[in-house]
Amino acid sequence: MEKKMLNIKLKVWRQENKDDKGAFKDYEAKGVNPDMSFLEMLDELNEELILKDEIPIEFDNDCREGICGMCGMVINGTAHGPKSGSTTCEIRMRHFKDGDTIVMEPWRAKPFPVLKDLVVDKYAFDRIMAAGGYTSVRTGGVPEARTSLVPRDDAEEAMDMAACIGCGACVASCPNASASLFVGAKVSQFALLPQGRPEAAKRVEAMVAQMDEEGFGACSNHAECEAVCPKEISIKGIARMRREYWAASIK
Amino acid sequence: MRFSTFSTSSLGKKIYMGVMGLILSSFLIVHLLGNLALLSGDKDHFNAYSHFLTQSTGNVIYVIELIFGIFFLIHLLYGIVVTWGNWKARPIGYKMVTNAKGASKKSFGSTTMIYSGILLLIFFVIHLLNFKYGEEIMYVTKDGAQIRDLYITVVHFFTNIWNVVFYVVVIVFFGFHLSHGVWSAFQSIGVNAPRFIRFMQVFGSVFAFILTLAFVYIPIFIYITGGAQ
Repeated sequence: MEKKMLNIKLKVWRQENKDDKGAFKDYEAKGVNPDMSFLEMLDELNEELILKDEIPIEFDNDCREGICGMCGMVINGTAHGPKSGSTTCEIRMRHFKDGDTIVMEPWRAKPFPVLKDLVVDKYAFDRIMAAGGYTSVRTGGVPEARTSLVPRDDAEEAMDMAACIGCGACVASCPNASASLFVGAKVSQFALLPQGRPEAAKRVEAMVAQMDEEGFGACSNHAECEAVCPKEISIKGIARMRREYWAASIK
Repeated sequence: MRFSTFSTSSLGKKIYMGVMGLILSSFLIVHLLGNLALLSGDKDHFNAYSHFLTQSTGNVIYVIELIFGIFFLIHLLYGIVVTWGNWKARPIGYKMVTNAKGASKKSFGSTTMIYSGILLLIFFVIHLLNFKYGEEIMYVTKDGAQIRDLYITVVHFFTNIWNVVFYVVVIVFFGFHLSHGVWSAFQSIGVNAPRFIRFMQVFGSVFAFILTLAFVYIPIFIYITGGAQ
């Protein structure tokens, strides 16, 4: 069966560098194969731009299979585009109709400055992790398997929280540009397991302090983050972070 | 952790707001139950209640007013501080915002909390001036006691259609505040077991709806019936 190729209009945020004001620029992607990924469509467009001696559109990407957390842009007003539970690279052009206009914007948040076009600096997340997102190393041999028992439900939930790839969609989609889902997931993945308990109070205090220091907003429980999260992490993690914070306040 | 660290962190602020918000919601229930006396055909009922509240409780009422006043101020000030911080966290907005469906709880209510809150503050002052500090008319009840006729003040006020409209608009807008605020308060203080929070999301909406309906009904009822004479 012959596939119907798509003609798509694009409105892309172009910004030379960190200090540039930036503006939207219109492009047209002609004859797009609907089985193409969103990023492949951009690749093709960029090749055209290079042939025309124009500067290609800069966007972050790496694994292109939804596990690295590198890619991410706001597509038509929604972080990671129209399909829930997926990253930008997992979007296929078949989600769009012929003649559609697609608006592409970078993550917008004060702690995520735009470096170029659709690329933002997400080091704020790394600094939050450095503040407490680890367990201090335990040396020695592998302990006997039943040394520390973990309830199955806790192990499952810790795993769900650890699924976070740090893509930043939670911040991008939050009306307050809050990083609560990211920090909540990271705090929870440690707080649920015995290895994370000894430093739990110190960790939540340090990570929250760093989150505030970076200039992220406060969480208003819109749950927009959960809806766009490629790993579908629940705002239960945010509530757990708050409980941990309560607990830390009496330590 | 220091008290100052807790109170100035983004989490601590929301924890305070949640706790205060829930306590303030409980006030609305008592306020509504008392006001339902306005629907009575005998104006002595409402006046007796108002007399009891202001005269017979001694200093207790002042202590309660002070506590609720402080809670209201904390909720309000933190609300302004938090919102200001949230606005600063995104200096450049999006050209296009499409709400994600599914798990999202983003609603008209959740995005207008600051506006409905500030509107309520303005309303709160006007509301006190209208009634508590409004004209004081004394009268003699059927039991022979001479007390303030607050009922007639209320009825006079609501014979003006614009006063009724103003109250209805404020109450409806504030209903949206509650529709997000109640369940959100539980989430803010960290109470989120899956079935508990799903119950609270439904309960919060029902609570907001019933309260709005009842509070809106009173001025409309008085406007239409003209009150008991």
